[in-house]
Amino acid sequence: MSAVLDNHGHAHDHEDHHHGPPSGLMRWVTTTNHKDIGTLYLWFSFAMLLVGGVLALCIRAELFQPGLQYWRPELFNQFTTMHGLIMVFGAIMPAFVGFANWMIPLQIGAPDMAFARMNNWSFWLLVPAAALLLISFFVPGGATAAGWTLYAPLSTQMGLGMDLGIFAMHIMGASSIMGSINIITTILNMRAPGMTLMKMPMFCWTWLITAYLLIAVMPVLAGAITMLLTDRHFGTSFFNAAGGGDPVMYQHIFWFFGHPEVYIMILPAFGIISHVVPAFARKQLFGYASMVYATSSIAILSFIVWAHHMFTTGMPAAGQLFFMYATMLIAVPTGVKVFNWIATMWRGSMTFETPMLFAVGFIFVFTMGGFTGLILAVTPVDIQLQDTYYVVAHFHYVLVAGSLFAMFSGVYFWLPKWTGHMYDEGLAKLHFWCSMVFFNITFFPMHFLGLAGMPRRIPDYATQFADFNMIASIGAFGFGFSQLLLMVVVIKSIKGGAKAPANPWEGAEGLEWTVPSPAPYHTFETAPQVK
Amino acid sequence: MGVATSCSKISYATGLSLALAAGIAGAASGDMPGGPAVRQLNLAPPVTTIASQIYDLHFVMLGICAVIFVAVFGVMFYSVYAHRKSKGHKAATFHESTAVEIAWTVVPMVIVIVMAALATKTVLAMKDTSNADLTIKATGHQWKWAYDYVKGEGEGISFYSSLATPTDQIEGRVEKGIHYMLEVDNEVVVPVGKKVRILTTAQDVIHAWMIPAFGVKQDAIPGFIRDTWFKADKIGVYRGQCAELCGKEHGFMPIVVNVKSEADYTKWVEEQKKLMAAKMDDPNKQWTKAELVARGEKVYAAACVACHQANGKGAPPAFPPLDGSKLVQGPRDNQVALLINGRQGTAMASFRSLSDVELAAVVAYTRNSWGNKSDDVPMPADIKAAKAWDAAKLGQLAAKQQ
Repeated sequence: MSAVLDNHGHAHDHEDHHHGPPSGLMRWVTTTNHKDIGTLYLWFSFAMLLVGGVLALCIRAELFQPGLQYWRPELFNQFTTMHGLIMVFGAIMPAFVGFANWMIPLQIGAPDMAFARMNNWSFWLLVPAAALLLISFFVPGGATAAGWTLYAPLSTQMGLGMDLGIFAMHIMGASSIMGSINIITTILNMRAPGMTLMKMPMFCWTWLITAYLLIAVMPVLAGAITMLLTDRHFGTSFFNAAGGGDPVMYQHIFWFFGHPEVYIMILPAFGIISHVVPAFARKQLFGYASMVYATSSIAILSFIVWAHHMFTTGMPAAGQLFFMYATMLIAVPTGVKVFNWIATMWRGSMTFETPMLFAVGFIFVFTMGGFTGLILAVTPVDIQLQDTYYVVAHFHYVLVAGSLFAMFSGVYFWLPKWTGHMYDEGLAKLHFWCSMVFFNITFFPMHFLGLAGMPRRIPDYATQFADFNMIASIGAFGFGFSQLLLMVVVIKSIKGGAKAPANPWEGAEGLEWTVPSPAPYHTFETAPQVK
Repeated sequence: MGVATSCSKISYATGLSLALAAGIAGAASGDMPGGPAVRQLNLAPPVTTIASQIYDLHFVMLGICAVIFVAVFGVMFYSVYAHRKSKGHKAATFHESTAVEIAWTVVPMVIVIVMAALATKTVLAMKDTSNADLTIKATGHQWKWAYDYVKGEGEGISFYSSLATPTDQIEGRVEKGIHYMLEVDNEVVVPVGKKVRILTTAQDVIHAWMIPAFGVKQDAIPGFIRDTWFKADKIGVYRGQCAELCGKEHGFMPIVVNVKSEADYTKWVEEQKKLMAAKMDDPNKQWTKAELVARGEKVYAAACVACHQANGKGAPPAFPPLDGSKLVQGPRDNQVALLINGRQGTAMASFRSLSDVELAAVVAYTRNSWGNKSDDVPMPADIKAAKAWDAAKLGQLAAKQQ
């Protein structure tokens, strides 16, 4: 892939002010620049990550020892619920949209996102949504405590906090849908001349598919929570058996959203890893076409596996068998991806800067989460492990070691492009090793707790579970505080550091590395030519 | 070995930190019979055929995954070790291979289909609840279980089963017992070697009934009846707890099944029948207000306290206070009607299943406790009349709709 750039030499005398951002707060409020909006998304999600992390530490503090020490059970349930909601809707999803905003136009040679004003609106919707979620802790009855899945009819019992949560999710859903429309339109219409779909960078491919998933399922979530809202306040009985409804229907609708949602949170991560591994192996991505097909297969299969979250609801044997086999099949395209990354590394010329460390760490630990997923897909085993800490371990292996580590990899990979400075490699490596070690100390023992039968979402437990819980809590505090290192590294890189060249990585390819670092406020005003 | 040493260090650390933390009492250590073992690493030792099939399935899956894990990451870490720039390794230029890509699609597909096939027989066996010797209905309540022996030896027995762990242990004022959190006042008793079918349902929200040693976990869904089964091969006490988030006391509604020999089971059934007969209220007894209030305190402690609290303050907004409540201080018939019918769309369930005496008593108690004071209390006969009137009205409605 090569590009001819023409960023300079154009006289824009009459619109000189467009060359740099306006200063002050209004720059961020009114911005329609994809880089500014990407930055906003990333900071927002980092702030949410810290809030969600504090909630996680509140949970782990209570579980440090058996007995009730710090919180009443009702508050504990609010913590587990809000930790889930904030991490999923506030941290992981917006962070990937931040990456998309920053990188997709740069990777496809577009001057900006297709709908620049809507882009601003998509971001700023998140702020009131997050405010609603946080305020809900302080209303009578507190925040919703029905679990992030908001299962009816427990969720119909909740107080005002539940309504605030529902509104927050509606707003976040609207934001996600607008973001997705923007991403799809940008990718399909604004690629540089010569960049066919099958020449497109993998991150754009994974986001294109993710955006379709979002458009398909966010309205389904909106439907489910709207039905909750009307059950709560307007006398409907969608999920109330006494009125002819069915609580299990809520779960079907929720997980029809929820399962594609887990791929929404991992596919862009796959995209990031597919850039980082080739760059530091100094070798082209192995099996580009099969990566695209694997991503598409995962997306399609993700619509027919939802009820594996519901094996214990008592569905008929035929249903259990169908969802078991379908779920098993998802392992195939996911395996293909892992094999492709390893084949990319094979006989490369590798160096291990922090992005690569996180990428290799991602492959290693995410695959462990994949294996536990496979084990959980086996219906009889799932029935034994459903709603235990084994499941908690499983999804933190794929969401923290998966999505989050991939994002860390992406942050370090593109930070020189964003800030124009190299980051502190020593501190960044420390961040990696602390995250990796503490992550496993936190979550590995949870497999044992789950196998031994400790249910999730309980504030107190049998004393026999005490030791592994104590280890997990120690790990959690270590992991939590390690993330402050990320903040330090990023701020240091913004403030200064070694000047980054246009392409700081020997093996990195793609249009984003052809523009200077930091990327100018406006890039690709004239489309580059891709051969 | 390494794990064992580090674990013993950790448990030393547990003891140390417990000793250091002033005011927090320690815990009895040791495995819980029929419950989790200390630092248990695997599934519970199975006591049913299904549980042992699950145990084996998990072990086989773990084995296959471990082999794949070693193979895949053996390759990756070899590459990480050998193909480094710092070792002067030059990058190759290959970037696809149709044969390899087809192989690593087809082989995993075969492996996962084999995995699922291995489990298919167990799935079908778990769903086969036919020909049960004994059928027990487990009803989830916020936050206790109710059991009704529906069919088979012991038919008619019914009781509530609540957490028996004292608050002092939970709040750390006294040492925690070995059965901490997984002990109940009334255990479910079943005979060994008999097929027991468990019907699950719930009064309010979704709960889940699980006993790991039996390989059983089944959601209990309000308004619907689901079923599962087990046939315990070994006499003993087996423990589990509610597995579906069901509100604030979700962590505090354990399930304990006591598997007895057939002879002991028969003996238990007879004892229960006698006890139940003895507990029945004399229908001809004339109650005074004071007697009703005293009786009502016990009913309140069993049926109401979890939501409305011992001090009658409730936990608003979901669970309104009774102390100073307009309804409780108003005409008694309204309160009786609410208790019989529950209130749609709230956590307030119908308590029609309580006896006439119990309902009259609990109304008397709530109307004469905390700041409430009233002589307007119903007699058991009033409850009987209200229930009959209500049933007749429902009958008329049903007839009209036909």
